[in-house]
Amino acid sequence: MTPNLLRFLWLVPVLPLGGAAVNGLFGRHSSKKAITVVALGFSGLAFVLALTFALNFSAASAPYSMDLAHWLRSGDFRVDFSFYLDQLSLVMMLVVTGVGFLIHIYSVGYMWEDDGYYRFMAYLNLFMFFMLTLVLAKNYLMMFIGWEGVGLASYLLIGFWFVKDSAASAGKKAFIVNRIGDFGFLIALFLMIKHFGTLDFPALFAKIQAIGPEIAGAGTLTAIGLLLMVGAAGKSAQLPLYVWLPDAMEGPTPVSALIHAATMVTAGVYMVARSHMIFERAPSAMTVVAIVGTLTALFAATIGIAQTDIKKVLAYSTVSQLGYMFMACGVGAFSAGIFHLMTHAFFKGLLFLAAGSVIHGIGGEQDMRKMGGLRSYMPWTFLTMGIATLAIAGIPPLAGFWSKDEILWRAFGASWVYWSIGVVTAFITSFYMFRLMYMTFGGEYRGTVPRDAHGHDSHSGDGHGHGEPHESPVVMLGPLAILAILSVLGGFIGYGGRFEHFLAPVFQAGQATQEAAGEVANKSVEYALLGVSVVVALLGWVVAHLFYSGRSEMPARIARALGGLYEGVVHKYYVDELYAALFVKPLIDGSTEVLWHGVDQGVIDATVNKAADGARHVSDEARHMQSGNLRSYAGWVAAGGALVIAYMIWTGVR
Amino acid sequence: MPHLILFLFFGAICVAGAINLLAQSHPINSALSLIVVMASLAAEFLLLGAEFVAAVQVIVYAGAVMVLFVITIMLLNAGKEEHTKGSRVAIVFGVPGVLLAAVLVCWAVVARGHTGSVAIGALPGSPQEIARLLFHEFLLPFEITSVLILIAIMGAVVLASRPEAIAHRPPKAEQPDQSPARGDARQLVAAGKEH
Amino acid sequence: MVPLSYYLVLGGILFVCGVLGFLIKRNIITIFMSIELMLNGVNLTFVAFAAQWHMLGSANALSGQIFVFFVMVVAAAEAAVGLAIIIAVYRTRETLNVDQVNLLKL
Repeated sequence: MTPNLLRFLWLVPVLPLGGAAVNGLFGRHSSKKAITVVALGFSGLAFVLALTFALNFSAASAPYSMDLAHWLRSGDFRVDFSFYLDQLSLVMMLVVTGVGFLIHIYSVGYMWEDDGYYRFMAYLNLFMFFMLTLVLAKNYLMMFIGWEGVGLASYLLIGFWFVKDSAASAGKKAFIVNRIGDFGFLIALFLMIKHFGTLDFPALFAKIQAIGPEIAGAGTLTAIGLLLMVGAAGKSAQLPLYVWLPDAMEGPTPVSALIHAATMVTAGVYMVARSHMIFERAPSAMTVVAIVGTLTALFAATIGIAQTDIKKVLAYSTVSQLGYMFMACGVGAFSAGIFHLMTHAFFKGLLFLAAGSVIHGIGGEQDMRKMGGLRSYMPWTFLTMGIATLAIAGIPPLAGFWSKDEILWRAFGASWVYWSIGVVTAFITSFYMFRLMYMTFGGEYRGTVPRDAHGHDSHSGDGHGHGEPHESPVVMLGPLAILAILSVLGGFIGYGGRFEHFLAPVFQAGQATQEAAGEVANKSVEYALLGVSVVVALLGWVVAHLFYSGRSEMPARIARALGGLYEGVVHKYYVDELYAALFVKPLIDGSTEVLWHGVDQGVIDATVNKAADGARHVSDEARHMQSGNLRSYAGWVAAGGALVIAYMIWTGVR
Repeated sequence: MPHLILFLFFGAICVAGAINLLAQSHPINSALSLIVVMASLAAEFLLLGAEFVAAVQVIVYAGAVMVLFVITIMLLNAGKEEHTKGSRVAIVFGVPGVLLAAVLVCWAVVARGHTGSVAIGALPGSPQEIARLLFHEFLLPFEITSVLILIAIMGAVVLASRPEAIAHRPPKAEQPDQSPARGDARQLVAAGKEH
Repeated sequence: MVPLSYYLVLGGILFVCGVLGFLIKRNIITIFMSIELMLNGVNLTFVAFAAQWHMLGSANALSGQIFVFFVMVVAAAEAAVGLAIIIAVYRTRETLNVDQVNLLKL
């Protein structure tokens, strides 16, 4: 790839920034057409550029770095604004710009009637700028800019309908929980600066590689790895910092698709993959990553079974699939994790967009118990969503099967425990996804579409006046179709280890050991495990069919039989309540009692008030001296004079 | 010895007059006892030899200032003092304080003061010498004092005059649109004019 | 030969009587007379010290008496103005009781 063309690498993030600026500053008084042209134009151009780079970048290409400007210089430590393109960031860049652009197109249709249309488009572009900065960064500090920026964009977009209390609170929750993770990330950065003196990827990794391939420098690298994982857990919604993601469904559906399925939440996975050299030299940290990912996958999947809001099911599904990606990174299969990231972006993005189409079509209803029978009303949505469901369940030959199977195979290589939990989770995933399909599209329509509402996520209407569910416009169906095609064909990108090979230059050290381990194992074992995955996925489908197609009493009977356990699952294991009691309430109480009443009112206000009161009391007493009575004045003068005379005599006589 | 007797005699009259001033309730009695005080004080001055000062004391102080006081008392028809509630502060703090200071000063002067004795008629107090000093070293204060007296005269005239006596000031009773704070004063003046 | 301190003590007694009169008396004219009494006590002190100077042989003996002269002049002027004020106050307040002239109280 000629460096001449790569000179324009900086345009890829900056173009969406330009779009955000134009729409943000001038959008309020522009026509919707103009806003659309600006938003789609800038982001589309970025996608075209990314494609151009991709077409000319091969597995053998050397990484390209580009320094834009000086930033921090402090003694020997320096950090600059720099971009870096290698195979890993190329994959991420393509995913972000590609899926992002498709969701921009979808949003045109979805958010057209909203008053804040220009704001939405501006925020979407802003998000793309930050995400691209994150993936194209050459050093951890640039990545952190992007990291924080996508957190900001997420807050703005979750709370897009900020007049709704729940949306505003969800935005705050997302930002604050993210912040907790960012704290860990920051400490990791500090450790890196302290011990290695640089945050630049090439320089830093060269130094770490020089340390040695084993557990050298045990304490520091493990600490850095664990702290990076804390940051990733916050951003990518893993245990215990996942609580913001289900609440983030308050935002419009395109936001859920873009940010909370395809791109932002994958930033954590990208960061862990980028830091693979640190993790490979800190086995305990990597084990922690794998355990966290596995447990999260299972945990979230179990919650997803009992949810009735269509977007909440998808949210927990996202958490679960992210757990898979972390499991992959934790066992050393970084490229498998990235592969799953890519396919997940396709089918999860598609799932969310299709869910948005469903919600749009039935007037804003999100409760699946009030859906059903929509297959005849929305055939295209049904078709695309079905494809995505097959993909996520892991049914060959769709994309999800290839990536998920790769992960399970690698997990088996590390420990059968990971593999078995992964398989159980795959069964549960398949079950709840097909449950979603049956409840939404199967049977009879159980709800009513309000005659005067054409709502999106139950927030506003435009007086459409439909009495029955309807299909979405082409502008929304188009991206659905494209993503469906990608969900079908996306797996073949990685088929036969092609993906690994592409990312090999990035992951050399780790890849070597893992590939060697992989080749040694039996091909037959691999096929056996593959068969197990497929069987498990189909089993999930069958069980879902038994329970939810047609009017079956099984779900209700099982729910009653499980009693308390079922209640716990429905209430998300009461984690939110636990956090509220453990952290939020003490913080609020402490803040109110100690800081507000105690310090602010008791000390600061009291000081000022008491000073004023004191002055008033003193003057209240003192004003009696001015009585207008001549003799009292004379008395005071005489007394004072007597004192002075006494003093003079005393000093004179001594 | 005669000096001491004379001193004590006139001193006793002074003190008696001063205490009588305090003790009397009618101001005219106080004024007369003050005249007695001044007269005996003039005798004290003579004992010290300050003839001119003694003469001025009698002529100016006792003869003019006290006469002015007596005229004012008779003009204003001052009667016996009424008993009104005074100021506690003056009694509680002022009187003891002054007495204490006085005792201290006397003790300091008598016990620790390194003053000598004076002979009778010691001072050179003749008018020639006083005048020599007055019109040479102290000419400026002398002239300024005359200006001071002039100002005092003018002030006294203005302050004590009836308002209509000065041409540009109309009588207060004919101005109904004055500030309300002077309301009762006006009524008093109007009442006074009716008598 | 009378010790000078006797004269000073006498002057002090007159002064103190003047102050006490100022504090105790209620009639404004009497208060004024107490002021005059104070000034007289001070005059006696001045003359006594002038005699002391003379006894020490300095030329300040005459200055003391001239100071007394000025004090008397000022006392006369002050008496004139003060009595004029008293007359003005009497015109508005119709009272010579100093306790009833307290408009300046807070």
